[in-house]
Amino acid sequence: MTHLLYSIFVDPFVQMGAAPDLLAQTLWEGLVSGVLYALIALGFVLIFKASGVFNFAQGIMVVFSALTLVGLNEHGVPAYLALALTVVVMLVLAFAVERVILRPLVNQPDIILFMATFGLTYFLIGLGELIFGGDPKVMISDQLRLPGGSYRIPMLGGYVQMQKIDIAATVIASLMVAALAIMFNRTRIGRALRAVADSHKAALSVGISLEQIWVIVWFAAGIVAIATGIMWGARSNVSFALEIIALKALPVLILGGFTSIPGAIIGGIIIGVGEKIGEFYWGPLLGSGIESWLAYVIALVFLLFRPQGLFGERIIERL
Amino acid sequence: MLYREVGQYKTSYGADQALFPILQDRIGIAVILLLAFVGVPLTASSFTIDSILIPVLVLSLAATGLNLLTGYTGLLSLGTGGFMGVGAFACYKLTTFFPNVNIIVLILCSGFFAAAIGTVFGLPSLRIKGFYLAVATLAAQFFLSWCFIRVAWLYNYNVSASIEVPTKTLFGLAVTGPTASPVTRYLIVLSIVALLTLMAANLVRGRIGRTWMAVRDMDLAAELIGIRLYQTKLLAFAVSSFYCGVAGAMMVFLWLGNAESESFNINQSFLILFMVIIGGLGSLLGSFLGAALIWGLPIVLRAAPAFFGVSIRSATAEQASFVIVGALIIFFLIVEPRGLARLWQIGKQKLRVWPFPY
Repeated sequence: MTHLLYSIFVDPFVQMGAAPDLLAQTLWEGLVSGVLYALIALGFVLIFKASGVFNFAQGIMVVFSALTLVGLNEHGVPAYLALALTVVVMLVLAFAVERVILRPLVNQPDIILFMATFGLTYFLIGLGELIFGGDPKVMISDQLRLPGGSYRIPMLGGYVQMQKIDIAATVIASLMVAALAIMFNRTRIGRALRAVADSHKAALSVGISLEQIWVIVWFAAGIVAIATGIMWGARSNVSFALEIIALKALPVLILGGFTSIPGAIIGGIIIGVGEKIGEFYWGPLLGSGIESWLAYVIALVFLLFRPQGLFGERIIERL
Repeated sequence: MLYREVGQYKTSYGADQALFPILQDRIGIAVILLLAFVGVPLTASSFTIDSILIPVLVLSLAATGLNLLTGYTGLLSLGTGGFMGVGAFACYKLTTFFPNVNIIVLILCSGFFAAAIGTVFGLPSLRIKGFYLAVATLAAQFFLSWCFIRVAWLYNYNVSASIEVPTKTLFGLAVTGPTASPVTRYLIVLSIVALLTLMAANLVRGRIGRTWMAVRDMDLAAELIGIRLYQTKLLAFAVSSFYCGVAGAMMVFLWLGNAESESFNINQSFLILFMVIIGGLGSLLGSFLGAALIWGLPIVLRAAPAFFGVSIRSATAEQASFVIVGALIIFFLIVEPRGLARLWQIGKQKLRVWPFPY
């Protein structure tokens, strides 16, 4: 018994103290995966904020955009042209989603819209496989001039290995969040978006076009999806397995709150770091693989104390 | 015209509260049951029974379970696959501990284990609701999936990490295992499903079902008229998980014959949720219609090219069926967001007033 308690409460911290460079390495890896979760969560937040739709298809949009990019390149399209074309594809997708799904389903209960995005997920999985094949593909990192290789930084009596692509991902994610935050808070479109989020009817009555707003947010989520797809694809492969990773964005959303952009980033980092630390130091006790559910349990415990998330708006219900 | 109930007077409270108050409904359900219990075993091929009828029945039961929770109580759950797995693994452990007990008793008992686990994971439902609760149940799903892989005790330290169903007999007939005939398994599945559906139908129109619906429609108001939210929600979780657990046990023992953790992953949960929503939230009939549609659609789509004499590669057909299923889900939601059960209601009303439009 004492041995068990020791191995739960003492031993991991002893390990951390004994090898601080290893701890730093784990923290860094957690940070990077957290940033990437956060990027997926960002797509969710954008759409949830402006249309109240819980967009389950965000994960598959990531895969689909990455597949389009790589697939086009395989057919001989130069990398940057392929990137531009992918952006066009996401724009077309945004228009199609607005016209085919959102417009006929306006005013339906949330769960119906949620299910509709499920249908969209199936549709995109099938379409992606039909056009580009189901095999995993390698991201065209070189053609896109993404940095390769890694730095070894001496730190705390050891070395910490940092992939350049991870650093790039962190920088790009921060830039994106900054850009989105500015867009939401300072621009005309951002104000319109927030108005729609508050009340569809009130927004309509002051002359905001719902259709236009929806296309804009879905397109913005599409752009986020492309960035996420490139980053994830460069780290592993472009395959449909990424879709499962997209589910990790859900606990991130819970931590950060469904409507907060900075919340998505901070939630992502907490989940990413917590998951890596938990897996590395406490995982062996339980027979490893706890990464698959630890994030959800962290979120669950968190929910019991703060149901609206770190930065979410307090849920007020009226009778 | 078919549904003209004029002249069917109810002269007692008993008649008024009957499960099927209309004569046509009683005839209809009797015909369906007769067909299912007698007609199908005599005529259907073992392929039809094995790959269409048994799966649809088992999945309908799971969908009924989820419908009690999501459709009647308004609690969104994404842990159905996990709860089905609890039932399946509990049933497997029970057969190893009590090899001489009747298998049907064990299948029904395993539902109670699922109910207990379901209640534990239902605990957060008092504080959180909506999509937040859905994510909380995802924790259950992933945790249980992990247990099915990591806890070797659950599958008796089998090397392949899967459960193999032993052969069990009932009145000298093999019921489970590789030697059991499809017709026997079908009849048992059908009996259990029919019994549990009858129970569910009585549950939802009685006091318990009404408290569930009150909580779904507005929890604050329900609390004000004296319904204890916590008990009601937890009971919904327990009953729902019981149904899912029995469905999971039947899935392994009477349908697949063996199972690994993959059978109870997150995709299974989503599939069942699909069935409930396409079928119709808050309708038992909807659970059956939804299960039949979602299970049947890919089979029909796979058979369609051969039927029209077009030959395409099987991989392409698979991918095309994904596209079509996705598009059809969106189509159904747009045409009738309240599901197939609602379409049936509209059709019934049309039959009632035919040949007049109103």
